[in-house]
Amino acid sequence: MRTIRNGLVLALGITMTALGATACSGGGENNPPAAAAPNEHVDLTLATFTEFGYEALIPEYERLHPNIKITHRKTGQGGPYHEDLVTKLAAGSGLADVTALEEGHLSDFMDKGSKFNDLSKIGPADASPDRWLNWKYEAAKTKDGKVIGYGTDIGPLAMCYRKDMFKAAGLPDDPEAVKPLFATWDSYFAAGADFVKKSGGKAWFDSAAQNFNSMVNQLPQGYIGSDDKLAVENNQGIKDAWAKVTDAVAKGESAKLTAFSNEWNTGFAQGAFATKVCPAWMLGVIKEHAGPANAGKWAVTAAFPGGGGNWGGSYLTVPTQSKHPKEAAELAAWLTAPEQQIKAFQAKGTFPSQVKALTDPALLSKTDDYFGGTKVGELFAEQAKKVQKPQYKGPGDGQIQENASSPALQAVEQGKPAAEAWQQMVDAAKKITR
Amino acid sequence: MTVLDKVAPEGSKAGERVSPRPTFRHRLSRWDVKVSPYLYIAPFFILFGIVGLFPLLYTAYVSLFKWKAGSDAPDFIGIDNYKDLFADTQFWNALTNTISIFLLSSVPQLIIAVLLAALLGARLRGATGWRVGILLPYAASLVAIGIIFANLFGPKYGLINGVLQTIGLDPVDWQASRFGSHVAIAIMVNWRWTGYNALIVLAAMQAIPKELHEAALIDGAGTWRRFFNVTLPLLKPTLIFVTITSTIGGLQIFTEPKLFDAMPGSNNGGSTNQFQTVTLYLYQTAFQNASLGYASAIAWVLFVIILIIALVNFFLTGRIARTPAVKKK
Repeated sequence: MRTIRNGLVLALGITMTALGATACSGGGENNPPAAAAPNEHVDLTLATFTEFGYEALIPEYERLHPNIKITHRKTGQGGPYHEDLVTKLAAGSGLADVTALEEGHLSDFMDKGSKFNDLSKIGPADASPDRWLNWKYEAAKTKDGKVIGYGTDIGPLAMCYRKDMFKAAGLPDDPEAVKPLFATWDSYFAAGADFVKKSGGKAWFDSAAQNFNSMVNQLPQGYIGSDDKLAVENNQGIKDAWAKVTDAVAKGESAKLTAFSNEWNTGFAQGAFATKVCPAWMLGVIKEHAGPANAGKWAVTAAFPGGGGNWGGSYLTVPTQSKHPKEAAELAAWLTAPEQQIKAFQAKGTFPSQVKALTDPALLSKTDDYFGGTKVGELFAEQAKKVQKPQYKGPGDGQIQENASSPALQAVEQGKPAAEAWQQMVDAAKKITR
Repeated sequence: MTVLDKVAPEGSKAGERVSPRPTFRHRLSRWDVKVSPYLYIAPFFILFGIVGLFPLLYTAYVSLFKWKAGSDAPDFIGIDNYKDLFADTQFWNALTNTISIFLLSSVPQLIIAVLLAALLGARLRGATGWRVGILLPYAASLVAIGIIFANLFGPKYGLINGVLQTIGLDPVDWQASRFGSHVAIAIMVNWRWTGYNALIVLAAMQAIPKELHEAALIDGAGTWRRFFNVTLPLLKPTLIFVTITSTIGGLQIFTEPKLFDAMPGSNNGGSTNQFQTVTLYLYQTAFQNASLGYASAIAWVLFVIILIIALVNFFLTGRIARTPAVKKK
């Protein structure tokens, strides 16, 4: 089967795809067609990845709008979904009328604002900025003030920890009493060093990159400056975060388990680490991997080093490719209204980003028995309000995190000296932004 | 045939009429004779032109630009992409990894395949069962193999390290160590391809005339002697074919290293690109960095490398065909 021709086919296959991606760029700049006449039949497509909890909402919308028929395209994984999105955006066709976009990939799309409709212009009046948490709404605003997406869910950060391991090491284990340990990153890493000593060498956190990403996100400026130029080398905040994290690795605080790897999954079941940076959706991940055998051992507390933070959550956008931008914007606005997001939260646990949804009784009364009956809805609603103003994410930001800083920190965990790994990260970041 | 059948009666009819100027029908039939053969073979060439030649040339064109996916006006930069590529340590690193993984997979693979074929060629009970058995890994899904082997080679909780520790050896960090990761990936490749190659070798072995073996037997040659002096020389063309195909397969190795990475979906090939292959780097450049120009340059260099190997294949097999494989003593 492996023949010379296959060699050609592979090379050509790749070039063909590349060709497809470029051949039609330049399209999609036309003025959007006018809205369809009322009651005219309209077919809309909606593209999401993983679980948005919209399955029951779509028939409801179709009942309310008999002239609209919605096709829901679901993709399992976020990574391939966004790669496909970039290609189709460049090609000028093939995207759904309402296309979901993940927060971590947002930086790759913010500089392509011309390819998305400005929802503040074409969207319905009830989808006003005060519907969302301010930081959520602002993060989807391009430099020239276009709003390219309506917020769906968020991932406010708290801290998860192993009660039993804390107790065994002589640390406080009550959710209130542990809060001082998680006050700042310094106190967090100091407590970690203490824990490693007292527990006989057990790890404090899962992997360095997980903490580093949260630390960098809290800085006033990230990897890319507001001029869209790479600003890693002279960013003192990033340098400090690097020094703190790599120092913690040197002290044995890291379990050296790359996030979402098989080994990381096993690590939960094995009790390989005592704390975990914990966005709202991480509770489900912990439950799945730690399993029923560890029920009641994990706890979550309303504290996060350095204040607050967010990891994850998505937006619904309407690309300019859409033939029915007005109807698509209406659908996106309806899906992201507090009433609907609460239903999605109840269906799949996606944590809502809407101010009104955060005070909804259905959310506030939500408890989790696995985490000792904690009122997790209320806890994460509180954490969501602690998130500061969003950091500017220039083009390439998400990729630097994924392909520059995370592998470099993994290399540190595999034994590379911190200074060399820093250089590796800077070089990789330069290459990405080239 | 159909062309001739159709043309003959038309031609004779025209001859009966003896018209001074060729009629329209006459001209039509003459075009039919001239053009039809080209039309019949055209589909292949049209398809090849669309999905083969055009993309190939267009890739060469794209490789002369600094071309980001989605950008409206790519900059023409001439051969700068190639200059950058030849100075790109990550590319050479990827090429070294590719060759290293290829050597670690192809060499043991061929030796085991020949030995397996020899065993399968012996009189075995349920021969078909054994033969199907060694082909089974080839039928398994590549992605499933990748996921399972990545699990087996897990540095902390993997089965292989568990076994190593039980028998008193040090565990290997299959992810961090460059050589370790190459070995792990090569084992994945070997597991899948050895049986396939063994069957090809087996087919060639069975085509060796029995008389040669019988003659050698009469001359007093033992089993090993016959294997080395009769079987192996006659297998040479097949072995070269298998070597070349596995070289080309090895140059394209992609799925195994991609799935082996601890970071799901990553194209980095490990924390320091210690097992990133050329195709993985090409994919990352095109679809993650969206640098289509640079990726096209990589594609072309890879294409040329494959072409050189294909030419080597051509000359080697040509020479073998000319010189008889069995040396007369």
